[in-house]
Amino acid sequence: MSLLTRRKQRDQLLHLTLKLSALVSIISLFAIILFLLVESWPMIESTAISQYFFAESWHPTNGEFLLLPMIVGSLLIMAGAMLLSIPIGIFTAILWQFYAPRWFSTLLERMVEVLSGIPSVVYGFWGIVVIVPLLAVYQAPGTSLLAGIIVLTLIVLPTITLVANSTFQQIDKHYIQNAIALGLSRFTIIRHVIFPQAKRGLLTGVILQAGRAIGETLAVLMVCGNVVQLPGSIFEPVRTLTSNIALEMAYAMDMHRSALFLSGLMLMLVVLSLVLISEKLKQQGNNL
Amino acid sequence: MRINYRVILSVIVVVFLAACENDSVKNSENALSGKLVVTGSSTIAPLASELALNFERLHPSVKIDVQTGGSSRGITDVRRSISHIGMVSRKLKDSEVDIIGHTLAKDGVSIIVHKENPISSLSSEQVKAIFSGKTNSWQSFNGSGEKITVINKAEGRSTLEVFLHFFKLDNREIKPDIIIGDNEQGIKLVANNKHAIAYVSIGTAEYSAQHGVAIKTVGLNNIEASTANLINGSFPLSRELNFITQDKVSDLAKAFLDYSLSAAAHKTIKEFGFVPFNAP
Repeated sequence: MSLLTRRKQRDQLLHLTLKLSALVSIISLFAIILFLLVESWPMIESTAISQYFFAESWHPTNGEFLLLPMIVGSLLIMAGAMLLSIPIGIFTAILWQFYAPRWFSTLLERMVEVLSGIPSVVYGFWGIVVIVPLLAVYQAPGTSLLAGIIVLTLIVLPTITLVANSTFQQIDKHYIQNAIALGLSRFTIIRHVIFPQAKRGLLTGVILQAGRAIGETLAVLMVCGNVVQLPGSIFEPVRTLTSNIALEMAYAMDMHRSALFLSGLMLMLVVLSLVLISEKLKQQGNNL
Repeated sequence: MRINYRVILSVIVVVFLAACENDSVKNSENALSGKLVVTGSSTIAPLASELALNFERLHPSVKIDVQTGGSSRGITDVRRSISHIGMVSRKLKDSEVDIIGHTLAKDGVSIIVHKENPISSLSSEQVKAIFSGKTNSWQSFNGSGEKITVINKAEGRSTLEVFLHFFKLDNREIKPDIIIGDNEQGIKLVANNKHAIAYVSIGTAEYSAQHGVAIKTVGLNNIEASTANLINGSFPLSRELNFITQDKVSDLAKAFLDYSLSAAAHKTIKEFGFVPFNAP
């Protein structure tokens, strides 16, 4: 009897702990959204939403609050970085899992792990010293959308590679053995046996990294030029929502400050829509 | 064994004595207590907060409350006795004789270019033309014909305000290629771009140039941009950072002012890119 009660108590304790842990995430999400809403409220209340998209420019001290170029800037940089890092990351993982000799795989693993541990500010600094001058040779001054995309690609690439690799590792070895026994070529196995199974895992990894990419601040701020405009080409400077906050928050007051919190709110909305899109994609993936 | 006890005993005694001494010293300084309200310029506020923090560490029963709201609020609050000390980031006007200014530091702005750029000084008109995009090639300055990379500061920065105010420019007139946040970022970009021009705090620029970073300061209207010229008042692109008070000051306010104007505060002042000013 006493043994049973003790077991029951332990169960209840575990249950409580789990609930509390989940609660931390939920509460903090709502607390952050609420905080952003409260702080940006003066702005939302006093300025028509159309202003954020059609005002003349971003000069908050003069009461002009055009946010559109920064939303576009954030999306462009993220999209560019994902477009480059997804194929490179997946190809690297395929080589690592299915083609490379053991010693090379080990070497690769260590190197990618080290790369993923480098703080993004170091990538940013490296971007200023190496990438920007290189781009400047082709088209001055080099601080541009492209520089941001390159640096961001390097930041997310290691994690995408690691995620892709672990996804490939988890695939049931029986399928692969059967496919080999059937005499299928390696390309066919990868294309038709491994990929369909890995799809969901890859998608999750990619979405998580997209969220990280759009939130990356310091490295992007260092190499993008930060001029508020819709870029005419990838060699022109852009400003992202996150850079906008980091650049101006320290000295912003009143409405300006409120507008920066609104930048944060916009960013939350973009990330939220990303999550929703990924959910949709996952469901569709299941049906295929 | 006996020696061991003796050692331990003597250590205890020494520690005890040291603690006593420490306490007595602290007690004599702890005479200061109470609350101090400091309001005004948002340029000075971060520096004042840091100084306040250091001061509170020295005098744990003192609480200093720093609030922003602009230089004019600083003056109004002191006049109405709402605050003990005001922060004003400009020279006091002749009409403001009813308050006393204590110059804490000077905030100077230096134009910087890459070390290999041969220009050594620019006129006000030239600076205006470059930053407003009327001149966008180095042709007429050093004959290189390269496009000028104009680096501007983000909105709200005090260096931007000093710059705009001095050249009578509106930020909307400036046509930047790059917008930066802090001084360090500007220095790194200019050091890596031979065609760039930027403006940063004089203190930071001078320090970097002296420590081997590939930048140099550019004079304005043939006056060299240096901390020396900033302090003696000959360099024009600058402003005073003042603490202001009424005629009569409380002991606590006086102690904080003395601390802020003393050499002990210089390190903190320099960390914010300002140049300490020793009022006679």
